[in-house]
Amino acid sequence: MKKLIAILLLAVPALALASSGGTQLDSAPVNLHDKLSLQRGAQIFVNHCLNCHGASAMRYSKLTEIGLDEGQIRENLMFATDKVGDPMTTTLDPKEGKAWFGVMPPDLSLVARARGADWLYTYLRGFYRDPAAKSGWNNTVFPNVGMPHVLWEYQGGQVLQAAEHGAGKLVLAEPGKLPPAEYDKYVGDLVNYLVYMGEPARAKRVQIGIVVMFFLAVFFVITVLLKKEYWKDVR
Amino acid sequence: MTAIVLDQVDEKKRRFLIVATTAASAVAAGGVAVPFLGSWFPSARALAAGAPVEIDVSKIEAGQQITVEWRGKPVWVMRRTPEMLAQLAKNDALLADPGSASSKQPDYVKGPARSIKPEIFVAVGVCTHLGCSPTLKKEVGAASDMGADWPGGYYCPCHNSRFDLAARVFKGSPAPTNLEIPPHKYLSDARIVVGEDQKG
Amino acid sequence: MAVTNKPPVTGAGPLNGILTWFDQRFPLMVLWKSQLSEYYAPKNFNVWYFFGSLALLVLVIQIVSGIFLTMNYKPSAEHAFASVEYIMRDVPGGWIIRYIHSTGASAFFIVVYLHMARGLMYGSYRKPRELTWIFGVLIYLCLMAEAFFGYLLPWGQMSFWGAQVIINLFATIPVIGEDLSVWIRGDYNVSDATLNRFFALHVIAIPMALLGLVAAHLMALHETGSNNPDGIEINENLDPKTGTPVDGIPFHPYYTVKDMVGVAVFLIVFCAIVFFSPEVGGYFLEYNNFLPADPLTTPAHIAPVWYFTPFYAMLRAVPSFFNMQVWGVIVMGAAVMIFFVVPWLDRGRTKSIRYRGPIYRGFFAAFIVSFLILGYLGVEPTNVWGEFGKGIPVVGGDYIATWVARVLTVVYFAFFLLMPWYTARDKEKPVPQRLT
Repeated sequence: MKKLIAILLLAVPALALASSGGTQLDSAPVNLHDKLSLQRGAQIFVNHCLNCHGASAMRYSKLTEIGLDEGQIRENLMFATDKVGDPMTTTLDPKEGKAWFGVMPPDLSLVARARGADWLYTYLRGFYRDPAAKSGWNNTVFPNVGMPHVLWEYQGGQVLQAAEHGAGKLVLAEPGKLPPAEYDKYVGDLVNYLVYMGEPARAKRVQIGIVVMFFLAVFFVITVLLKKEYWKDVR
Repeated sequence: MTAIVLDQVDEKKRRFLIVATTAASAVAAGGVAVPFLGSWFPSARALAAGAPVEIDVSKIEAGQQITVEWRGKPVWVMRRTPEMLAQLAKNDALLADPGSASSKQPDYVKGPARSIKPEIFVAVGVCTHLGCSPTLKKEVGAASDMGADWPGGYYCPCHNSRFDLAARVFKGSPAPTNLEIPPHKYLSDARIVVGEDQKG
Repeated sequence: MAVTNKPPVTGAGPLNGILTWFDQRFPLMVLWKSQLSEYYAPKNFNVWYFFGSLALLVLVIQIVSGIFLTMNYKPSAEHAFASVEYIMRDVPGGWIIRYIHSTGASAFFIVVYLHMARGLMYGSYRKPRELTWIFGVLIYLCLMAEAFFGYLLPWGQMSFWGAQVIINLFATIPVIGEDLSVWIRGDYNVSDATLNRFFALHVIAIPMALLGLVAAHLMALHETGSNNPDGIEINENLDPKTGTPVDGIPFHPYYTVKDMVGVAVFLIVFCAIVFFSPEVGGYFLEYNNFLPADPLTTPAHIAPVWYFTPFYAMLRAVPSFFNMQVWGVIVMGAAVMIFFVVPWLDRGRTKSIRYRGPIYRGFFAAFIVSFLILGYLGVEPTNVWGEFGKGIPVVGGDYIATWVARVLTVVYFAFFLLMPWYTARDKEKPVPQRLT
């Protein structure tokens, strides 16, 4: 009967592995302890994403958690409001958004939790020139995406070289402001920030969890001793 | 013969383990209570909504009052005339707490005018009796409908509490203390912030 | 009228007076003795017997965390999704409360499934405990309803489309189905009206029913006494001097202290999930549910949460006959309802699997394995194992997983429906007189 439980416990991670699939995703360099990376990511986010995408569940004041003070937030990151407690809403009118992109660009508060960091990292590096697309851009992990390549100045323009087997290969045809390795780091910072924004409580959650685990270990030992003492009576 | 044989009972050890288990359970219950009870404190949204409010006072003319919302309550900002300020000093005998000794206000708000700059008066417009918002009756005498000897002030319609123009309560009113003065400070001559204390 | 002349509560100390005062006005000591300190339970409970008390613990966890969630949750299509994120970010400690509730939902099913497996293994449903079992199955039904209604509340993509699919099952019922599904939704589509009524059912109606059924389950259990891994009635062997079961021990303190060890272990696992991995790889919190409900776009792959997937796999596996889809729904419903009649299907002379013969053991193992594999298939898309080659007769071109699910559905039902036959002729081992 104990075997049954063991099988159950073993089955869960196996199922999780089995369910991944689709396009090969690159592993995103997520490190929520790297505050400087998160700060750079926040800067990139407000400069390039917030014009069209909101993050309405995220308040500017929360950015104090990644090592910024209110003055820095006000001066460098707040363009759409003057109240530091306000959520990061976009100034884009939903009607215009629909007219320009076909759909209103989605809110990004939870995008990292819904899509996963690796998907975002691959997506933001997977744009290529496609004359057939309305915006002139297409994407390897999100075919026919409505979003243009907002960061193209940094990455440059890629083209998709057709391959005989499977998906084509991306080739940098026009270099951008950043060399490829730098651009990967740039996108990595942004994705790191998006992961943080998906669940700001995560660092605290793990911290509290460790304390709780230590407490429960002690609690477990006490209850075992208590049980053993009383069960001496049972013959 | 039953399954329980009480020949190895170590009373001391049992008592100790029961105390230890009870104590650990109490710690656990306390730990669980922290997030649950803590969730009743104001949320980030409430804190953001209750954040300090900036007000431009340069547009307020002498004798005029504006009302702004701070933490969901009305806050009055009034620019008092020299006549009004002169009247305040004469009210003392009629007042329940002329020195505002038992009333709520920041330390840097002093004197009969109860303000940082005498002419700019800032107060929370909520009656200290039962929480209604008093009305401004700034005219002096019969013109105010408050009787011929009315020195100018505020009148609470709920239970007839009366206050002067520094929101000090007149004797005989049901309100126990003067109206609250909120923390506030000057960013410049023209701009004040309600909700943040003046430093120094 | 004078206070009844009950003796003082035993022991000394400051509490004694207060307890005596209460006891003279309320059956305090009577209840304490009959339900705990003088309730005799078999002395050989093994690890499977932790899951009853753990289910009670999870019920309390869910009620308390649920009450605190309702304080900030808004049951409207417009605000529900944002209010959950409000709890997760803006409410102090809100994320802990939400993760406790979301983890508790899955924990409830894990504990209850193990509890039910225990009941099947050791024959706890057999005479005289049929009613305890029936109350238990009713609790399981309530739990499924509770989970289904609750899952709509976050108003994410999986909430919306999950409810959509399940409610449309009712639409397959001939004649009245279409009107019935509209009535359940209160709209032509899953909408604000649906969310609002599901909220009412989730926070008030079903929990009240659950509490009543749990009380009935325990009262019935304490009337007959507990079964045990040997399936021997301890009440048939009483000590002539004390009149108590020879192989029984008082529930308190022996099983209260033992259950605390179970609680400690459970909390370690539970808190590890809450604090280190609340999503559990997308099984406890599905990734697509972090997207707000969008009635115009169905996610690429939708599956119910893991605890419903064995039945969902059966539903998908059943083909439509005579132009009607209702058969899958009937099979799915029967798969749950069949638990009610188990006490009358079992003709074995022994209760516990320890003394059952090889046929029962084989059927039981096949049942457990089919339940687990069906659960896995229900999570995956039907093409998970590919298709049969076109040339193969009968199954050619069909999904392999669909046929596996069909076979396993038959195995699942065979365990129950053939039970009167195989339990009656199985070669059982002799049952000892006393507990081992």
